[in-house]
Order: sequence, then C-alpha cells, then structure tokens
Amino acid sequence: MTYSLSGRIQTRILLFAAIGGTWTALITPILPTRLPLDASFAMAFTVLGLLIALGVLWELAYHLLQQFRWDKDWPTLFSLLAGVPEGVLLWLLLSTDTWFWDVPVTTQGFWLWFISTWLVVWALLSGPIRVLLVRRRWRGGRLFG
Amino acid sequence: MSAAVPSVARSGDLAQVLVDTDVWTEALLTDAGVPILDAPLVSVGGGLGSFALIDILRICGLSTESLRVLTPLSTPWESFAYLTRVSQISHDDRLRSDASARPDNIWGFPSYAVQEAFRADTVRGFLAPLWQVLTEPLFGEHYTPRAAQVLEALSREHRRIRYSQMVAAGQVRMVRRRRAGGYFTILTTPEWGNSVRRIAFRSAYVHLAVGYAGLMFLPDLQGYRESARSSNRVVNAFEPHEHVYDQLRRRPGTVMVRGSGVVASRVLQRLIDERNVHGLQTRVIHVFSDFVSGPQGPRFMRRRGGDGFAYQAFDEPKAVWGGQLRDRARRTEGAQRVEFYNLLGDTSTPYRKEWAVRLATAREQGWYSSVVGEVDALEPGADDLVSARIETGPSVLMAEASFVIDCAGLESDIGEQRILADLLQHTGAGRNPLGRLDVEPSFEVRGTRSGNGRLYASGAATHGGYLPGADTFLGLQIAAQEIADDLASEGFCRKLGTLGSVRQWLRWARNTVI
Repeated sequence: MTYSLSGRIQTRILLFAAIGGTWTALITPILPTRLPLDASFAMAFTVLGLLIALGVLWELAYHLLQQFRWDKDWPTLFSLLAGVPEGVLLWLLLSTDTWFWDVPVTTQGFWLWFISTWLVVWALLSGPIRVLLVRRRWRGGRLFG
Repeated sequence: MSAAVPSVARSGDLAQVLVDTDVWTEALLTDAGVPILDAPLVSVGGGLGSFALIDILRICGLSTESLRVLTPLSTPWESFAYLTRVSQISHDDRLRSDASARPDNIWGFPSYAVQEAFRADTVRGFLAPLWQVLTEPLFGEHYTPRAAQVLEALSREHRRIRYSQMVAAGQVRMVRRRRAGGYFTILTTPEWGNSVRRIAFRSAYVHLAVGYAGLMFLPDLQGYRESARSSNRVVNAFEPHEHVYDQLRRRPGTVMVRGSGVVASRVLQRLIDERNVHGLQTRVIHVFSDFVSGPQGPRFMRRRGGDGFAYQAFDEPKAVWGGQLRDRARRTEGAQRVEFYNLLGDTSTPYRKEWAVRLATAREQGWYSSVVGEVDALEPGADDLVSARIETGPSVLMAEASFVIDCAGLESDIGEQRILADLLQHTGAGRNPLGRLDVEPSFEVRGTRSGNGRLYASGAATHGGYLPGADTFLGLQIAAQEIADDLASEGFCRKLGTLGSVRQWLRWARNTVI
C-alpha cells in the first residue's frame, strides 16, 4: 500500500473502528476475561479505543520511516509485523497498571483479542477493502479528501 | 470534385473546407457527403487505454449501445502483446508489473499472485506466489505476473463486457468540435469496394487513448540507415529484430547494446541465454550514457543503483499511483512539474538477482564490457561491421560491432501523431510542461471543451501531467476511474459506490456477462 499521512490516520481511525469494532463485538462474548459480559464489552472496546488512539501516534512514526523508502510505499509485511510492537506496548501499559486508569485485562483475553483483531483488520485492508472502497488505493488510503 | 459545387468532395472524401474549419456543423459534413452516426461516447485508439475506460463504464452501468471504440486493432491487447514480444518477453516471462495492477479487474482484487496460487496444482505452487507477495520486496523481489496470465485475464474480461460489440473498425483521422456542443470524430473505414470511406461519429464525449506517437530513432541510427541503405545491422529494440539472434547463431559477433532500462536488461538476458544455450561466442559492448555506480539522490529520494543501472521495481516509484508522490505531483505546475519528474528519475530497471548474476559472470569471463559515453556516429565499416564513434567525455572511442541494438526507447513528439497534431492545431489543446498533451486532473484535455461535451485523454500522450506513470496498467485504470467519476458528475453514468462495487465485483468473480 502507498499511504499518505492523512490516509494512514483515516485508515487507523475509521477502518480500525469499523472492522475492529465489528470483530470485537463478535468475539467479546467468548473471550476469557473473567468479567461479566457488559464489563467484558466495556473492557474490549476500551482496548480497541487505545489501539486506535495510540495507533495514530504509531502512524506518525511509520510515515517517517516510509520517507526512507524510494517507492514511498508500505509493504504488506510491515503492516502485519507492526502488530508486534503495538501489541507489546499496549500489553505493557495495561498489564503493569501504567495506563491512566485501570483496564482489567487478562493475558489470554488480551492476546486472543489483539492477535485476532490485528489479523482480521490486516487481511481486510490487504485486499477486500479495494472492493468496498474502489478509490481508496488511488488516494493514499484516504476515504475523504 | 464537381466544379458547380466546389465545396462538395467525392463521397466520403474529406473536403478541404472541413480540414480548414475548426468547428463543424452537420451541414458541413452533409455537404461533404460524410455520413453521421450517433454514439454518446467514443473512445479512440482501442488499445489498453480504451479497454480500461470501457471496462469501468460498463461496470458503472452503461450499455454497449452508448459506447463506441474506434480502432484499427483487432483486440485491445494487440499492441501490448506485440511490444512485449519484440522486446523479448515471451508468454511465460514475467512482466514488470505489480500483483494488483490488473487491467482486467478494476479492483485489483484478488491479485494476480492469489489467482496464480489458487490455480497451482502443487502445494509449492500454491504457497510460492503467496509467500512472495507477502514478503515483497523485503525478503525477495516483487511478485510479477506472467504475460500469459495478463493476456488470458484480459481476454476473459473482453468477453464479459462484450467489448467487440462496441468496436467500429477503422482509423481515426481527426476529432473536431461541433458547433452545437460535443464533437465529431472522423473514422476512415476499411475500404470495401465502393462503400463509404469516412464516417463522422457525433458524440457528447470523446476519449483519446492513442498510445505512443511512434518510436523515435536516434539521429545516428537514422543516419546509419540512410548511409548504409539497410536497417539490418542497427535496430531499435522495439522493432522486430529476431534476425540479430539468428545471424549470431550462424556467425559469432559483437553486439552493441545502448540503454539501461528494462528493455536493455531483457535484450541482455536474451543474448546471454543464446550464448549459453547454443554455445555461442557473442561479445557484448554495453553503452551507458549515464552510468549509475551506486544509490543516487538525496536522503529522502534515494534510488538504488549499481553496475550502470538505476534499480526500481516498476516503471515509477510505487507511490505515484496513489500515494504521497501522486499527491505531490498533483500540486505541481509548470517548471515545478518538470523538476518533480526529474526527481522521480530517468530510465530504470528492476533489480533481478538472476540478471545481476549473469552479468557478473559475463564480466568475469570478459565478454561483456561497459562503456560510458554518447554514441556520436554510426557508420558502415569493413567486413559488414558497424563502426561506432563514442564520445566518452575527454576522449573519443571507436568500436566495431556486428549489430547495434538501441534500447533507449525514445518516443516521438505528440505532434507526429496525426490525431493529436490536429487537436493541437484546430481544437484548442495545448502541451503540458513536458511537452505532451495537457490534461486536467480529471483527464479532460484542457482547452477543448465544447458545450456540454468533454474530450478526455489518457495514456502515453498525457505523460508529464498530474499523474506520473500514466502509461502503465495502473495509470490507465486511474485515468479511467477519474474520467468515469467526471462523467458521473455530468450525469452520464452512475457513480460507483460501495454497494454497486460489491455487486459488480461478484459478477466479475462469477464471470457473468454484463
């Protein structure tokens, strides 16, 4: 994919919210969170919100790295592997109570949610999104503007 | 021509009054005996540029009756197939093209890599293209489709959209504005006995995708051909030149290769293959006008290079087709545009390990040598050889070769193309900062609007516009998308939204004829 900076940010906010949100709604009832269902949902969507919010900052860093590439592209493997640092940082923040408020994550629940969500978003953005949003690939990933 | 009615020409012939009049009326054509046919949109050219536009317009719901393709070609891929063949790409060779650049599929999904995987009959055949497209270009080279795969897919889409029903065969002579809005496009039809030779298509919309204006032969090449009265020894790589390889099999010789683009790489590959397979003693002198010895450019626009070549996966850096480089190009005008195109760099070839290894071996064995300089003159030499005078900066080098293959791939000026020349002269079209046809971001040809009509152009003629890489699969598809959106805003067709796109993609996937 050849992202522009605004394309990255729009993708991170809107598509992660749409695809990630749908997936989170489907998977949360079976996540091993040791919480009542409503608390499970609250927790899962909070983590999704953090993935998106911190993700906007990550996108700034990715965009800077992209500038070192002649093709100004972002290979699909980068998109996939970006999940590693992002997942680890999020886990460290939440599991060590470093985040500003308490999010009651369990190891298994967090990683099941994170890995599956990341893969679903990555898979959809790697191909099928081109059918849903025909012009997106010609516009650096932007949905608007 | 009748003396009594001087403005009337023989049936179908173009009267001088037509040639001289910029804006035409029906009466003018009727007086000249040129019959008029109606078609809301005509696409002139009939190659892959026309195909890309017709494909998307059919997908946007336009009927075959609304669209006409005016072309001398028997299929939209005829020129493409010819150029790939003469430039040494066989059906089984891989093109220099991205997995998701699919001229038969506006969505680029599934990519050619996925399609190749699902067609494989071995596990390895299934996994290899998927692994390559997943890890490209980090752990290997980019996945690229085979020529045969692209041609087969084009043929399938050609049937699916009923392309041949839209074709009117012939050669377009000119496009002129119509006084009441829209355009007249003059088609010279193949001659069948006494039938009409010229037809005027009256349309609101015209699309020009006429391809290259032609090959430009370097002055020294032309000079040689004139003095030697032969085109046998000095050839352009885009001309058929099988005789070079045939003759080298019969008699060993030296070949001088000029140019450092992908065509030069393919010609070198062919020469090396011939040498290896047939045990030949061919020697190669490779003339570089600009020898790239390593990475070039400022830190944030640095391109790989080495052994004389600038390395780049595709015709342009990838982001020109929809990333930050496209955005940047869109913001340039005038001299800035020229500067930006210069920044994107000149000729390049993809780095392929296979090619690099072969050339390294050839260099070690001493039968491949590089010369940096400009060929100044080519002359017939003794013993049927070609004698080349090469300026290498401070000194002049004389070299002799059995054959010279020019791979520089220069294109003629658009003024050499009859339709475009007429457009520049009579219809208000102008040139962009790089000298080609000036188009808006919507690909409408600037200065040619006629009432509610619109005249668009895409492909090679628009090189130097807001979209670099216009003459590539993706470039043609982006142009088609922009034109379709512009036509939708005019109310000519539906704008393709998410639901329509999904529905049409399912039809594509099921190969449903539309």
